[in-house]
Amino acid sequence: MQKTPLHAKHVALGARMVDFGGWDMPVQYGIITEEHRNTREKAGLFDICHMGELKVEGPEALALLQKAISRELGGMENGQMRLGVLCNEAGGILDDLTVYKLADEKYMVVTNASTKDGDLAQILKVQRDFGFTDAKVVDSSAVLGKLDLQGPVSQAILQPLVADDLRKLKFYHFVETEILGGYAIVSRSGYTGEDGFEIYLARDKIGVLWDKLFEIGAPLGLKPIGLGARDTLRLECAMNLYGHEMDDKVTPLECRYGWVTNLDKDFVGVDALRELKARGLGKKLVGFELVDRGIARNGYDIVAGGQKVGVVTSGTISPTLGKAIGLGYVPPHLAVEGTEIGIQIRDNVVKAQVVKLPFYKRG
Amino acid sequence: MSKSNPANLKYTKDHEWALVEGDIVTVGITDHAQELLTEVVFAELPAIGKKVEQGKQLAAVESVKSVSDVYSPVSGEVVEVNTELEANPGLINQDAFGAGWIAKVKMSNPAELEKLMDVAAYGKVMES
Repeated sequence: MQKTPLHAKHVALGARMVDFGGWDMPVQYGIITEEHRNTREKAGLFDICHMGELKVEGPEALALLQKAISRELGGMENGQMRLGVLCNEAGGILDDLTVYKLADEKYMVVTNASTKDGDLAQILKVQRDFGFTDAKVVDSSAVLGKLDLQGPVSQAILQPLVADDLRKLKFYHFVETEILGGYAIVSRSGYTGEDGFEIYLARDKIGVLWDKLFEIGAPLGLKPIGLGARDTLRLECAMNLYGHEMDDKVTPLECRYGWVTNLDKDFVGVDALRELKARGLGKKLVGFELVDRGIARNGYDIVAGGQKVGVVTSGTISPTLGKAIGLGYVPPHLAVEGTEIGIQIRDNVVKAQVVKLPFYKRG
Repeated sequence: MSKSNPANLKYTKDHEWALVEGDIVTVGITDHAQELLTEVVFAELPAIGKKVEQGKQLAAVESVKSVSDVYSPVSGEVVEVNTELEANPGLINQDAFGAGWIAKVKMSNPAELEKLMDVAAYGKVMES
């Protein structure tokens, strides 16, 4: 199993470690719901060194990414980032990723951990198939580390370590800067629905940065947060997780990624997606709340009229709302707010209701 | 650290405990089990009157990340459930052998008690 540079620190903190896409990662240091609340109310630090970073450079860098990724990437300014998806020819999702525009001919693509090698292979295939020879794709994952600093106190914690005025950094924008004497990228973004930053720094400096952030942040309430709370935080905000809401059998149109899918541009999978859109979707991702007691879990059946009509992709008890919430696929005619559905939980069908997403939005 | 396992209880290899009082058996999960499970956020309780079989599902307890079935240590009929757990499932973490009890089963076959472990035997299961 692969280990991040912070592995020994997690173990020393007493974290429960789990296999996450081939990486031995902390699922929790203490109690998941407390880590969740700490992130919403103060700040949390997440080891995200397992995720992948691909650099794409050269005169045809933009053309290559435009062809590979669903999102319109033209018109981005330097220092801006966008979310998009990488599709196969059938429109199935290989990954969701963020694209950072570093310079006119220089981009960084941030991938999920278990999908990184496949993403790299797909981008190289698109490069070969469509002859974008004047672009270079480099996997920087082994030399870059990543920490996510999330929560309302994040800016106060990070500011002493960077010269740039973080107040001026807008959402989904980033700065190339210096942290602890080394090159760093800091973006105002994340996976929790709170204000916060994604920080990229040389992998061999990540341990020092982790310690430094706690030196500054601990008095302000900063805590290490595991993947358990990362999951409940993202789920409250209805953010998709690869392997749950998405896989290569799901298209971006079905999983609420229509907004990152520009069907008027040419990219791999667009023909299949246009056809699907014209034909009409067979299923749609919805959010639901359980009306009766229970917790919906990944893989449970969604039922209506005594029939299985769909499947739960994620579910939990929301620590912020105190309700059992979930995401799942249903036929389009049931994907309407207020619709009553059932969740098959062991021997019982538990009543649930389709609700508006996200479940939680920062006030 | 786990609290020590009370000597007056019977145990299963699946980390349930059973308190036998006449033909009524109170069932819960052990302190070791709640530690493995971490924070319990939901307990699914059986219906009163439900017929259960030894070693078959009686209830379910869920943490944020996982679901664990609770198996009945004896066959019989559910006569009472711990409704306190509906509002406060964390009682299982706080007091697994006491306030965190799950259900009471009126047993139909006392001979089944022979299949349960005493505290010494359960101690060895925990170590293995």
